[in-house]
Amino acid sequence: MTQTAHSRSSTAATMFSVASVLPWLLAALLLLALPTVFPSNSALTIMNQMAITIVFALAYNMLLGQGGMLSFGHAVYMGVGGFMCVHIMNYVEVNEAPVPLPLLPIFGGLFGLGLASIVGSFSTRKAGTVFAMISLGVGELIAACSIIIVAFFGGEEGISGDRTYMMPFFEVEFFTQIEVYYLTAFWLLLAAFLMYLFSRTPIGRMANAVRDNPERAEFLGYSARWVRYYSFCASGFFCGIAGALFAINFEILTEENLNLATSGSILLITFLGGIGVFFCPIVGAIVFTLLQTVLSLETELWQLYLGALFLATVMFFPDGLSGVLMRHANIVQRGRPQILVSPYTKMAIPALVTVLASAGLCEVLFHGRHAATGEHSMVLYWITIDTHSLLPWVVLIGCALGGFGLCKRIAPDVLEAWDEASRPGGVNP
Amino acid sequence: MELIAINIIDGLVTGLLLFMLSSGLTLIFSMMGVLNFAHASFYMLGAYFAYQISMYIGFWPGLVIAPLAVGIGGALVERYGLRRVHQYGHVPELIFTFGLALLIEEVVQFFWGKNQMAYEEPEILQFAAFAIGGNSVPAYKVFMIFVSVGIFMGLLYVLTKTRVGMVIQAALSYPRTVEALGHNVPLVFMGVFGVGTALAGVAGVIAGPVLGTFPGMAVLLGSIVFVTIVIGGLGSLWGALIASLLIGWLTTFAASYNVEFESILLFFGLEKPEIMSESALRDIWTMTLPQIGPILPYILMILILVFRPYGLFGKRDV
Repeated sequence: MTQTAHSRSSTAATMFSVASVLPWLLAALLLLALPTVFPSNSALTIMNQMAITIVFALAYNMLLGQGGMLSFGHAVYMGVGGFMCVHIMNYVEVNEAPVPLPLLPIFGGLFGLGLASIVGSFSTRKAGTVFAMISLGVGELIAACSIIIVAFFGGEEGISGDRTYMMPFFEVEFFTQIEVYYLTAFWLLLAAFLMYLFSRTPIGRMANAVRDNPERAEFLGYSARWVRYYSFCASGFFCGIAGALFAINFEILTEENLNLATSGSILLITFLGGIGVFFCPIVGAIVFTLLQTVLSLETELWQLYLGALFLATVMFFPDGLSGVLMRHANIVQRGRPQILVSPYTKMAIPALVTVLASAGLCEVLFHGRHAATGEHSMVLYWITIDTHSLLPWVVLIGCALGGFGLCKRIAPDVLEAWDEASRPGGVNP
Repeated sequence: MELIAINIIDGLVTGLLLFMLSSGLTLIFSMMGVLNFAHASFYMLGAYFAYQISMYIGFWPGLVIAPLAVGIGGALVERYGLRRVHQYGHVPELIFTFGLALLIEEVVQFFWGKNQMAYEEPEILQFAAFAIGGNSVPAYKVFMIFVSVGIFMGLLYVLTKTRVGMVIQAALSYPRTVEALGHNVPLVFMGVFGVGTALAGVAGVIAGPVLGTFPGMAVLLGSIVFVTIVIGGLGSLWGALIASLLIGWLTTFAASYNVEFESILLFFGLEKPEIMSESALRDIWTMTLPQIGPILPYILMILILVFRPYGLFGKRDV
């Protein structure tokens, strides 16, 4: 008895050791330092968007990764939280209620929690396909309601508010982007920390157990249904926080925040990052937002590339981008990254050529099909080319096929080096 | 009375169209245990392929070639995509088909753009077949009914009376035993996936001219098809048929009867708010049946899943 008490207190002590607090401190410092590195307004907007996506993806992964529940309508909880926050903003503007803006995410979270506790009461009875289908149905239902119930959702144009009319918070009125950034960063850190703590509580642990083997968890005396229900509610709460942050940043919410496309993209983001470990979705959120903002400036076809990247991830790296990173970290830890250096550099050039040439081919083809008639020139990789001459086609197809052939020839060497580097007790791909 | 008859025919067309999609989907589900989210995307591909073919050689060759092309595409997806992902488990499979649906939509926009295509029914079918009380029924609708009923009969015959059908049915329930008897089960699976997607392709070919051929057509129908097979019971062909017709009629009738919620609420003795524009519940008072028609199937599905998770005819838990 005393022994268990002792071991428990020692685990409690290690939980708050330097090693476990360090990543959070580093993250806080990073978030504080980022605006000095990227001070421009557009960079701040991108970072805000990233932060919101991270909160949403982490909340989504509480279900998908930690609880094994696949939801196809999760945008609804974020959206409803956000809609509620805009309504609160407008209410404060009219009635001058003493609500400072930084507290708004709490309200968003509570409304997300409220909706999740209602929907969860019937959707979490079963996991698996039943849950996925109910989530899809509820998602479509609420998204469709946004057109019908105009008083709350504002119909097609949505509803908008003004964050600066909220009660000033220590004389900060959130006029500038940088103030909003720090607010978002604070809530990102807080929400991520709370979600992490949730995953360490007994209920968070039981969510993992129920995900892996619900029957066994039931025999241990835990109700799988209630465990799922609590995870679902907690996830709804943090989705609501993400929605509130969205409302603060963009000051407008529309039907787009509720529909299937948004629900689908959060699934995509989370899976892209990886669902195995708590921090994995962060990578997905960062990569996705960067691709979305940077790539969409360069090309109209960014969604095509994103879809291809997503399918490739599902097919070849089922544990996501951060899974790939973690495996490499393992190899570096074992002190043998040098085995991989030369095959990787050999592989990198043809792989890059293949990808760029295929993308270029897509661009030329797209230009050929959709440009105005008579328009024959386009700029591809800073070179102006004529899409109706044969030369660019030959070069691009040649590069793509040649690069692909080379990749295929080098691939066995790379795989061999990989096996070699991760052999003793290591995980193989 | 005439309105009812017209609605019955319209609902039948919608229902049979849904059935062509849901039958393939439900077969694929009972085979692989995975819901194919990209199923409606194959329907869209069917419509676009048929449009492209009809530009060159007309509608009728398209009716045959486009579904074949879609079916081959589906079989290739099964062989080189799904079979690979299968080893990781069900959730990655579901996510794979979800990603595939996104990618197919992007590919369609890549080749054909975002606008609706001018894909029309053949001229030979552009006349009114008959009229009921002044409302004429286009011949194309009759044609759609015949095509879908014909395909259903053919499917039923192949599945229940032929040797291939027996092997398929056996492989659905006891894949290992069938494999031990010397049948190539992975090939059967690939075939069923190909045929299922080809059926979706047929649906696309004949629905494209009526419902419009545009990049959003997959999303528009996709979730309804899911709703259908969940209501009918996953893996049940008869359930899929009944649920398709049910949803077809439900949405058609809801769209044509202008029942106002005001009268219902008044009937239950509720008081109408004095100033409509200030009431928070004003939307509930002004709601009409055609407005909520499109969401009725979702409400039905949620109710069914809550009270009878196997669906109407399903034997096993979804």
